[in-house]
Parts: sequence; C-alpha cells; structure tokens
Amino acid sequence: MTEQQALFEYLLRLGDSGTILSQRLCEWIGNAPALEEELAIGNVALDLLGQARAWLEYAAEVEGAGRDADALAFLRHEREYRNLLIVEQANGNFADTMARQYLFDAWHYFMLQALCTSADERIAAIAAKGLKEVTYHLRRSSAWVKRLGDGTEESHAKMQDAIDEIWTYSGEMLIGDEADQLLLEAGIGADLEQVKQQWQAHVTATLAEATLTQPAEDSYMQTGGKQGYHTEQLGFLLAEMQYLPRAYPGASW
Amino acid sequence: MYAQLVDTGVKRVKGLDEMSPEERNFQEKIDAEIKIEPKNWMPDAYRRTLIRQMSQHAHSEIVGMLPEKNWLTRAPNFKRKLQLLAKIQDEAGHGLYLYSAMETLGADRDEEVAKLHSGEVKYSSIFNYPTQNWADMGTVGWLVDGAAIVNQVVLQRTSYGPYSRAMIRICKEESFHQRQGYQILLHMMRNGTEEQKAMVQDSINRLWWPALMMFGPHDSDSPNSAQSMQWKIKRMSNDDLRQRFIDQTIPQLELLGCTVPDPDLKWNEERGHYDFGEIDWSEFYAVLKGNGPCNRDRLRTRRNAIENGAWVREAARKHAEKHNKANAA
Repeated sequence: MTEQQALFEYLLRLGDSGTILSQRLCEWIGNAPALEEELAIGNVALDLLGQARAWLEYAAEVEGAGRDADALAFLRHEREYRNLLIVEQANGNFADTMARQYLFDAWHYFMLQALCTSADERIAAIAAKGLKEVTYHLRRSSAWVKRLGDGTEESHAKMQDAIDEIWTYSGEMLIGDEADQLLLEAGIGADLEQVKQQWQAHVTATLAEATLTQPAEDSYMQTGGKQGYHTEQLGFLLAEMQYLPRAYPGASW
Repeated sequence: MYAQLVDTGVKRVKGLDEMSPEERNFQEKIDAEIKIEPKNWMPDAYRRTLIRQMSQHAHSEIVGMLPEKNWLTRAPNFKRKLQLLAKIQDEAGHGLYLYSAMETLGADRDEEVAKLHSGEVKYSSIFNYPTQNWADMGTVGWLVDGAAIVNQVVLQRTSYGPYSRAMIRICKEESFHQRQGYQILLHMMRNGTEEQKAMVQDSINRLWWPALMMFGPHDSDSPNSAQSMQWKIKRMSNDDLRQRFIDQTIPQLELLGCTVPDPDLKWNEERGHYDFGEIDWSEFYAVLKGNGPCNRDRLRTRRNAIENGAWVREAARKHAEKHNKANAA
C-alpha cells in the first residue's frame, strides 16, 4: 500500500462514516420525540453531511481518477463503502439512536482533535472546522445518555439495552490497520492508541454518571466496515440514498 | 396560505358605535395601525381567532416537513441534500417560533398540538398531497412556499405584534426557499434529460391546482373574512391574494418553458391580470374534511412521533427534577 492509497482509504472512511450516519439521522426527521429534537437532529445531520462532503472532495482529488464527491457517495457499491459498522446500524428507538450517536461522537471528537495537528494541512483544516461542530454533538449526545440512563425506570432499561446492543460495534473505530499505521508514521493520521484511551475514559465516566453498566471489557468486537465488509443494513440504506443517480445515469440535478 | 377558513366565532361585524368603550379603544388602535401587544386588552374572539390562525400556521410548518422528508433520504447529490435538510430544519424553526408567538396569547403548545392530532384543528390542505418525484422538491419550494410568501408578506402588517414580527423573520427564509425550489426546476429544464423535463411538467400538473387552493375559498364563501379584515388579522382577501400569486407566477412558468393544466388561463389586457379557470372546490372541501390522498398518513406520522416520544420527554422531565433537587440540596 502506498501512502497515496492509504490516504485515499483514510479519507473515504471519514467521509463515508459521516455520510451514512447523516443518512440515518435524516430518517428521524418528522418523527423526533419533540420539536426541539427535530431541530437538533437536523443540525447534527447537516454538520455530518457537510463534513463528509469535504472529506470526499479531498478523497476524489487524492484518487485523481476524475470522480467527484458526489460520484464517490452516490455511485459506489456496498463493498466499496468504508464507513464504520456502528453508523450503518438501524435507528431503533431514541435510546438506540442516542447510544449509537454518543459512542461515535466520543470517538469522532478525539479523532478530529488529533487530526487538527495533522501534517496534511487540508486534513488539519477540515478537522478544525469539524471539531467545533462535533464538540456540540458530543455535549448533546452525552447529555441524552445521562438523561435517559438516569431518568425513569423505563428510560434506564431502554438505554441499558441500547448500549448492550450497539457495544459490539464500538471497538472497530479504535482498532488500526495498515492504512492507519502508515499515515500515523507519516504524521498525517491520528494515533488510535491515544484516541482509545481518551474514548474509554470519556465513555466510562459518562456511563457511570448515567447509572448504566458498561459492558465487559473483553466483549467481542465486530470489525470489517473500514475494509468494506458490512452488515446487511448498509445495502438497503444505499439503495434508497443512491436511487436517483442510479435510475437516471448521467443526469444532472 | 397556511391558515384556511379560520373561524372567528363572530356572526356579524360590529360598527364602532355598537362597541363597548374597551372594544372601541381596541378597534381605534387597529385602525391607526398600532400593533396589539400581549399585555394589551383584546376581545376574546380576537384572541381565540389569532390562536386558531397561528396554531394552524405552526401546524402547517410542522406537517409541511413531511412531504419533503419523503425525498430527503433520496436527494440526488450533496448540494441538494444539504439544501433540503436545511430547508426542513428552517420549517421546524418556523413552527417553534410560531408556537412561541402563539403562547404569548395564553395558549399552550401541547394542547394545540393535541387538537391537531384529534383533527379538531387543521393545517394547510396542500400538505395532504403526495410528493411523487424529485421535481416536487422544486415545485413545493417554488409554488407552495411561493403561495405562502404572497400571504405572509401581507401578514407582516398583521395587527398582532408577535405574529407580525414572526412573519417578517419567516418571510426572509421563505423567499430563499422559493428561489432554491425554482432553481431545482430551472436546472432540470435547462440541463436535464427529456425524462427530467417530463418530471418537472408532471410535478407542476399535479401541484398547480392544490397550490391555488392554498388561498382558501372564494371571498363570497369565506364567512369569517370580514371580521378578520376589520381586526387586520387578515389584510387582503383570498381572491386578491390568489390573483396576485398567479400574476407573479406565470412569467416564471414561461421562463421554465412549462405549462399549467388550465385551458382558461390567459392574460386579460383590460383587467391587467391573468384570467384563470374555476378551482374544483369539491376537491378542496374533500381534502379539508380529511379525504386528501395523504391526510391519514400525515396525521398518523405526527401522532406516532409524539406518542412514541412520550417516554423520552418523561425521562427528561424526571432527570431534570432529580438534578434540580440535587442542586438545591
């Protein structure tokens, strides 16, 4: 793997995770538990989509194959997608959505913080802009985890179930592979060992405050999204999202 | 117009000489274009009418998110998806803003939403039509937001201060949405394939008449208009607003290179306005009664959202309660 190939992979992973999580959040619109949450969910979805576009624009340039961000998002198939498995998981109830969001946000926050000092100026700039937005995402989702965990008996049970269900998808974002290693050595990528420690500390503190039980440390972790091996959730999501560009090839919208 | 057939509960409009001193003082302020503010005295019927109109308006913003949400997850590229998401978010914001303005009249948001869900209070008839192709995202912005603006521009001068100020703010964003919607259509007509152009024409064919219905029944069939006009809650009649909308929309239609499904539409030199055909009022009243293609879906979606979210809101209340206590201790 060359540095250029690693960089392309790395940017796709960041961009795809944002695209897919934003798409999931869009599914909530019109169905949120309160009007204020319609606004908040829309906000987060917009931020993630904007960031995803910036990552994929850069990815397209790095690839240099004449594709643009739209072609990357709307015309790649499931196996070519590089998002984390956690973001493609279905919304479930509000607790499921918030558990997914929180565990991702906590990773996203420390990840972007690390990328702010990337030797690649373009990455550092996108990360710095995104970090401001993700600071709010993390504040909001951790507040909801606490509210639901330490709310009513019903909300506590739902939040605990949600954490237990999504937990198996939380390890992947902290496990590096060849591309991560290569870019870390080049001073471009984030140090996942450091992100892991920060993430664990944040999650442990938040779950404790939420009166929730953290799943066992040796829980089995699903992986593969970063390499294009996805759960069955992703195919349907892409079928919906890519419907127009695929039904009308070459059309301009 | 996002509020149609708002009942004033008043059978006959009173003259100044028939009014009590309080009523006369109130009416004179209105006649002098002085805004009524939340703490000012106002007739009960004025208050009730405004609550009805503002809640209908707010409900329309919220229900109006649904036909656009229908294409949000299928928007064709980053630019359009970001635009549509931002537009829907603006609508949620407008709803929130209008509910807050309504609450200055002593109404309660949750109670008014419950009336929407029980079918007691309506929202604009236009949102009971399905969005069937992507061009509808353009047409909704252009025609539906366009019709709403024609009404709301006039409502910026409405007599109730908080409502008037809400309209001023909302109008700015709506104009932006309208241009964006038109841009979607123009792009498809100028750069699109034959299939895309057909999509645009199909969309206009389906939404043209429902858009005209947004202005409500003919003035002669609008029993509450006279009172609302005297109170300056309403500032222009339904038919005048509809005419204004048609007059400003047809040149834009021509620029698109599209047509509307009305064989009677033609410029009348003498009147200085477009003549147009008769609206199918039986369809309008059927939709208003709950028999539009999407009435049931829209209400079910809204009811489910609020009912399914009850445990979330309850948990938030309980959590705040616990922690307020903890902080106080």
